[in-house]
Formats: sequence, structure tokens, C-alpha cells
Amino acid sequence: MTVTTITDAQLAPKDYASDQEVRWCPGCGDYAILKAVQKACADMGVVRERTVFVSGIGCAARFPYYMSTYGFHTVHGRAPAIATGIKLANPDLDVWVMTGDGDGLSIGGNHMLHVLRRNVDLKIILFNNEIYGLTKGQYSPTSRRGTRSPSTPLGSIENPVSACAFALGAGARFVARSIDTLQAHLIATLKRAQGHRGASFIEILQNCVVFNDAVFENITGKEVAPDAQVLVEHGKPLLFGKNKEKGLRLKPGKLELEIVPAAPDVLVHDETNRPLAQLLAALEPPFPVAMGVLYCNPATSYEREVVVGSGGSLDALLNGERTWEVVP
Amino acid sequence: MSAVIEPPIETIDKHLEELDTVTIRFAGDSGDGMQLTGTQFTNTSAIMGNDISTLPDFPAEIRAPAGSLPGVSGFQLNFSNHDIRTPGDQPNVLVAMNPAALKVNLPDLEEGGTLIINTDEFTKDNLEHAAYKSNPLEDGSLVGYRVHQLPISTLNRNALKGNVQLSRKEIDRSKNFFALGVLYWLYDRPLDSTLSWINSKFKKNPELVKANEVALKTGYNFAETTEVFTTHYTVKKAVIAPGRYRKITGNEATAIGMIAAGQLAGKQIIYCSYPITPASDILHALAAQKNFNVITFQAEDEIAAIGAAIGAAYAGALGVTSSSGPGVALKTEMLGLAIATELPIVVVDAQRAGPSTGMPTKAEQSDLFQAVHGRNADAPLAVLAAATASDCFDVAIEAVRIATKYMTPVILLSDAYLAHAAEPWRLPDASKLPRFPVHFRTDPAGFHPFVRDPVTLARAWAVPGTPQLEHRIGGLERDYDSGHISYDPDNHARMTKARADKIAGIANDIPLQNVSLGEDHGKLAVVGWGSTFGAIHQAVKIARDEGNDVAHIHVRYLSPFPRNLGDLLRRYDRVLVPEMNNGQLVKLLRAEYLVDAEGFSKVTGKPFRVTDIVQRIRGGAPPPSEGSGFGGEAG
Repeated sequence: MTVTTITDAQLAPKDYASDQEVRWCPGCGDYAILKAVQKACADMGVVRERTVFVSGIGCAARFPYYMSTYGFHTVHGRAPAIATGIKLANPDLDVWVMTGDGDGLSIGGNHMLHVLRRNVDLKIILFNNEIYGLTKGQYSPTSRRGTRSPSTPLGSIENPVSACAFALGAGARFVARSIDTLQAHLIATLKRAQGHRGASFIEILQNCVVFNDAVFENITGKEVAPDAQVLVEHGKPLLFGKNKEKGLRLKPGKLELEIVPAAPDVLVHDETNRPLAQLLAALEPPFPVAMGVLYCNPATSYEREVVVGSGGSLDALLNGERTWEVVP
Repeated sequence: MSAVIEPPIETIDKHLEELDTVTIRFAGDSGDGMQLTGTQFTNTSAIMGNDISTLPDFPAEIRAPAGSLPGVSGFQLNFSNHDIRTPGDQPNVLVAMNPAALKVNLPDLEEGGTLIINTDEFTKDNLEHAAYKSNPLEDGSLVGYRVHQLPISTLNRNALKGNVQLSRKEIDRSKNFFALGVLYWLYDRPLDSTLSWINSKFKKNPELVKANEVALKTGYNFAETTEVFTTHYTVKKAVIAPGRYRKITGNEATAIGMIAAGQLAGKQIIYCSYPITPASDILHALAAQKNFNVITFQAEDEIAAIGAAIGAAYAGALGVTSSSGPGVALKTEMLGLAIATELPIVVVDAQRAGPSTGMPTKAEQSDLFQAVHGRNADAPLAVLAAATASDCFDVAIEAVRIATKYMTPVILLSDAYLAHAAEPWRLPDASKLPRFPVHFRTDPAGFHPFVRDPVTLARAWAVPGTPQLEHRIGGLERDYDSGHISYDPDNHARMTKARADKIAGIANDIPLQNVSLGEDHGKLAVVGWGSTFGAIHQAVKIARDEGNDVAHIHVRYLSPFPRNLGDLLRRYDRVLVPEMNNGQLVKLLRAEYLVDAEGFSKVTGKPFRVTDIVQRIRGGAPPPSEGSGFGGEAG
């Protein structure tokens, strides 16, 4: 499709905001994500009329209404399917899927699996607050064991799914993690995803101020963050701690990571290495939680491989393999 | 018995008798190639100029245990020297390749009918598999039929042994062609069409070409020379409208119709589907056509299939999905989204017997309620039903026309019978099919996503990629005047009415209900929809020839109904509604028009027989228990 582009390269973050009043709870982490996405769009010169935000159901799913691009608020869990149809119809569109832990990993888990496996060129942003917010606080598939909620008054007895480990298992070729409050990191990560061709999956740890406040405090709290997070960067050693005094390396003789003092044998992050990404994705306290682009290894995206031809003769098609004439 | 390939020493006097119409049923194990055999006989007969109608009847199991009753696969074909509409009520000829096939199909064979039996398969084991306590070939239970007992497997083996480099198992696989050869002689058919099919089908394996050719020819020669058959028959060309014809099934016609619709609308078809019997062939047919701007997408499930179709429609393509009853049930929530966001998609429902998994390969018309009403909330959409295999072509185009003109999902109802049944189709002139170019909104002046056409009430189709029309839509209720999210009570009432009025208004854009056969008033109207067309039409014709005052009305548009339908029905003393369900159209008609319509149900997974309906027409008023369509006949 030919489009005349208005000079979106010069747009400011506020130009990506729609005229609709944002209705998330005061203090919700979603505000920070909205801000980061608008900033990333501005920085990348995203063309509004060629951009579509697609969502399912949940707090995160209101996102498209607040963007000045095209937007489609769909059915619970099914945004990846609808986004796939959009990309099939017009591969040139820039399509984002905004989802949550319930939307993307519970009711929509199947679609998430297949959209990642197919490598459809979509940016999939999963807001993980480890709770169902819109339905008032039930535990979600990412809630930790023991989570007390209206539907688990004695604490959840289910094991949580790790969003990034799931994405890697599904065959995703771009997997990253960030935090709502880590603005600069989040914006940089979003921009990496925006530049990636194929399915790019970002898990954002997002605080639900009403139903699950401070659930990530053990990872994101100012005091603990340097020891509780490792910010991964391609080609750089996996160091963390206040003074980068600690590092991760392979435990000799085992396929697992261990924490060691910063030393030359600390692993260097290679974002094209899937087994390393899987080890990093699975890290949880007392290990530092890995933030950044865990895996990026592009391949041709699904919609670019779809064969479409034209010029077929309708007459020949109607005739089929064999016809006969009936004469008067 | 040895193979009889050499000419006989004495000339046997063979009569050639002329018949008007013949119904043959080929029956065997699901691995015996009965569908293929029936299809070949059909093709040859169609090319000879007979009118044809077929009814494939196969099990849901791909290969049920060999020789078992559930594993029996049948193919019935009616060929005639005059216009026919159904695959025939009762076979005149039954070809039974094993005891199970005989057991399952014999009750349907006409009194005094012809039986051609492969005696080689009547072993102790096979008789036990088929639950025969004694051998029907020996116990006198076939008295009253014209029985031809042929050791088909042995004859075929003897003919091929030493002739081809194939194992005995592979040789046995060609025995259906031997049987076909016998039938070709018996009904005076030429071999050339099947011979050329064999050559192209097996061209990569010359031994298979040879085996199947020899089997076919040997069967033919055997029938010609043996004393088993003294008479053979011919059925002359039918007098049918001049033109170019092909044979077509409902699924083929649906696929071609979708492609044509895309060309007529000037839009890309994106066909998103999840495999399900009996709809999958449409996906296969479209996947094979890459040169018509068609994309096929095999989704991970039924919901994703319709989701992708909706996404495609949102982005400016014609989103089409297909399924059968259980799959359409899964698509229900997405249909609600398409209704709420007013996007043009088409959902093909090839209905099958249910509920739940039901009988996947057997026909039923029991998704009418689901199509018209089966969604949460007030969620109207358009519903059309195809009446014949070739009608699927026209209805597919009409479904796309309505979907794009009214920005609405449309459900196209077909069924397991139409999906696989074949008939001759007089080809339309592709250049004369009416075009209906579809245009996107590009003008930003006065735009909002739910700005409506004053006549059709359709909203504007504004697709991503269009500058200055950026907008957000979704499942939340929206303001009538701006398209923004709205929970305003009056606005919701207004939007509910707008959605209903838009669908109701389609009645002004479709043909008035016609009468297929008979007068537009009188004592009795037989009202049908969908695949019962042929049986009802034929039955009404017979009843009228007997002097009954009866007419046939067939409803293609089931939501909304044609605007004259109520007035038309009121012009008859009685309205009878035969349906392959427990009474669904009859209730819609009663609810809509307060007419005292009577139901007539058949829910056996098999189509109505013409005689079922003729008897009902003759029978006058139904017993009280059948008045509302419940009960009905067990068939």
C-alpha cells in the first residue's frame, strides 16, 4: 500500500498519545510503560498510520485506546491470532501486541506459543504483574506459589510459568525482559524490539499498585536492585552488584550458572546463544534476575514467506480438470 | 474358477436393455477404494451426458478394523436420462466387496435388486467380523435378489499374476478397478475416461498404471464374456440445458466461489481455518490455488482461525473461515467481536450430526439455531444456506457481497452431504459474473470509525495504513456519534438497535422469496432450506403429478428472511417444513410470522428420501405429536 507519510520522524512522545483519558489506577505501572512506548515510538520515528496496537482483555489491553495510531482491542487472549491476520493482509504494517500474564499466558497461552513458533513479525509486550487486576485480584499463571488471593485464600498451590522461558521454549527469536520503573532500560529494550524483524517478545515486570503492590520489590527495590538484577548486554561480561563485583559463570562440570567474584572467567553475554538465554531466563532469586535482551537471533518472518500469486484465470479455475459440452 | 480373458468358444447372446435411471451403491471396506470407484463411475457417466447425483457415505475412522461393520464405506450414485435432483432413494444395484458391506447396505437395496458380491471375502473370519451367524450366500437369505457371485479377488489376482511386478497385497489393491470394469460393461460405459485418469494419477509408477488398467479391462471383458451376465443396460443422455459442464462437489464449489468473490470484489481473500470434517477440503482446495491472490492460513485452533480472519478483515482483506458445528461453537465469541466492530468476514459451517463430536461424516441441518442465535447478547448477523453442491458457488459470492456491503459477519451453511455430494454444474461465464468493487474510506473529513452509510447503515471500512484515519475499535460498546468507548445507557440501546436495523435492512437487498415449484398459494407449501432441496423438489413434483395442490418453497436467506416470506406462507392452508434436525426453521417461521407451520424431522445422519416426503405430503395432517416438529420420524 502506498502511503503519504506526514513527517512523523519529527513527532514528540505526546504526539503518540490519543485524546482519550487514561483510566488506569493512579500509580499503576502501566503509565510508565505507556510513556516508554510513546518515547520509543518518537525516537524511532514510528509512522502512526502504519502502526497498529492490538490487545486482548485485561488492564494492559486498554493500551491501544491511549495511542494515536490504529488500535484494536479484541477478545481475551486472542490478540496474537488477530495480529497474525493483520500481518497476513498487510505485511508492511508495524504491529504490536499488548498483553498481560493472564491474557498472554493463561487464556491465550496457546496463541502465544504458536505466534512465537511461526515467527510472525510482531512486537509482543507482556505486562507481568503476577495477578489478575481487572477481575479484582485473583492469582495468575505467573503468581508465585503461596500467593494469597480471593480465589486462593490459603495461598496458591500452583507452580508459576516463567514468561521468558516459555517464549524461548516456543521458539521465539527475540526474548527480552525489563521493568516498568527502569525507564531508560525499558525504552532501549523497546527500541531493540522495534528494530527486530520477526516475533519479538518482551516481558515487563509491572507493579499492580492495588492488588499485588510491591510483589517485585525483592528485585526492583532501590536497595536490592544491584544485587537482584543482572543487566545483560551482548558482548559484555555478565556482571552485577553495586560495583559490578560479582559475575556469573558456568559451574565447572555442570550445565548451570554460579555466582563468582568478578574475574576473567565470567561469562560474556552472547544474545545469539539459545542455551545461554535459557539459563539466563530461568534465573530467579537468590540469583540475580536477568534484564535486557536475553536472546536475539533473527530469521525470516512468517508473513514474508507466505506465497501469494496473481494472474490466475478464473475461467480455467471454473473449468477444473475436465468439462464436457451439452449441445442443443 | 480361472481367469476368463480369452474369448469364449460359444457366443453368448447378450441383450442390451434401455433404462431411464439407475442407482448404484458401491460398498466395501474403507480401504477398498469405494469412493474412488464411485467417483470414476460418476465422471464417466457425467461425460456421457447423463444427469448425475452422488452420495458418498464413509466412516469417520480413517481405517476401521478391516472387515468390520464400522469400517464400511459406501458411495451411491444416481445416473439418469432425465433431470434428477437426488442420489436416489434406494439403490437398484449393490456392489458388496465383503460381508460387512453386504450386512450394512442390504436393507437399503430395492426389492428384487441386483447384488454383485465379491465371494472371496466371505471367509469364516470376515463373516464373524460382520456378525453373520451363517453365510448369507448359502443360507437363502438373498432369495428375491438378482445375485451375481464373483470371486473378484481371485479373478483379479489371476489376471495380474506374472503380468506386473507387484506384491500380492498391491495386486489386491486394484480389485476395485476389476469391479468397476464389470459395472462399466453392465451399464455400457466406455473405459477411456478412467484409463486416462489411471495414467495421469499413477504416472510415476508404471507398474501401478498397468495393474489398474489390466484390472479394469479384465473386469470389463469378464462381464462381457462370462455367462454370469446375460443382459446389460444403457442409460441414454439426459436432456439438459446446453452449455459447458463440469462435475462439482459442494466443498469445491465453495472454494471456487470464494476465489471468484475475491476477484469480483477486487480484494484479497485470506482463508483461515483449522482442519475439521467435513469442511477441510475447502482449505485444501484454496491452498492449491496460489495465483488468485488468495492466502490460506492453517491456524492453531478454531478461535485463532476466525481471529486471523477478523484481523485480515480489519486490515482490508476478505477474511474467511470455515468449520463444522463444534468448531463454529468455539468461534462464537469472536463472531461477537466481528459483530461489535462491524467487520466483514464469512464463516462457512459445513454442518454435521451432533451434538458434540456426534457423527462427523454424517449430514444434519442442526446448526441453524446456532447460526442465527447462537451468541451471547443481541448479536445479529446474516445467514445464508446453499441448496445444492453447485449452489455453494453462488452463495459463497453472495455471502462476500453482503459481508462487504454491510460490514458484517455472514454465516454460510452447508452440510456433510453437500460438502461431498457431486453433481453436474453448467459453468457460468466468468466475465459475466456481476462485480461489486469494494472501496475503503480514505477521506478524513467528518470521519469516525462508526460513521454509517445512510442507506445500508454499514460503517466505513477504514484500514490501517490510511493517513489521518487512525482510530481505535474494540469489543467495548462505542458511542454512536464518535466511536469512542461509551457506557451510556441510551447509547447502548441506540447501538443495539443500529446493529439489528443494519441486518434487518439486508432484506431490502436480496431477492423476494420465490416458489421453486407450484403456485404461490394453495393447500400446502413444503418449505425447506439447504441440502434438502433435491428431495423436496422431486417429492413435490411427484405429488403434483398425482394431482395434489402442493408447492415447494426453498429459503436461501435465513437471516434476515426475504421480506415477502410471511405473506407468501400465509397464502397456503398448510405449511410443512422438512428438516434434518429436530425442528429449527419451523420454530423460526412460527416465531417470526405466527404461521401454524408443521415440522417434519429426519435426524438419521442421512438425507431425506424422496418417498419420505411424498408420503408425508399424501398423508394429510400429521399426528398431533409431530405438530411442533418434535418427534418426527426416525427415518
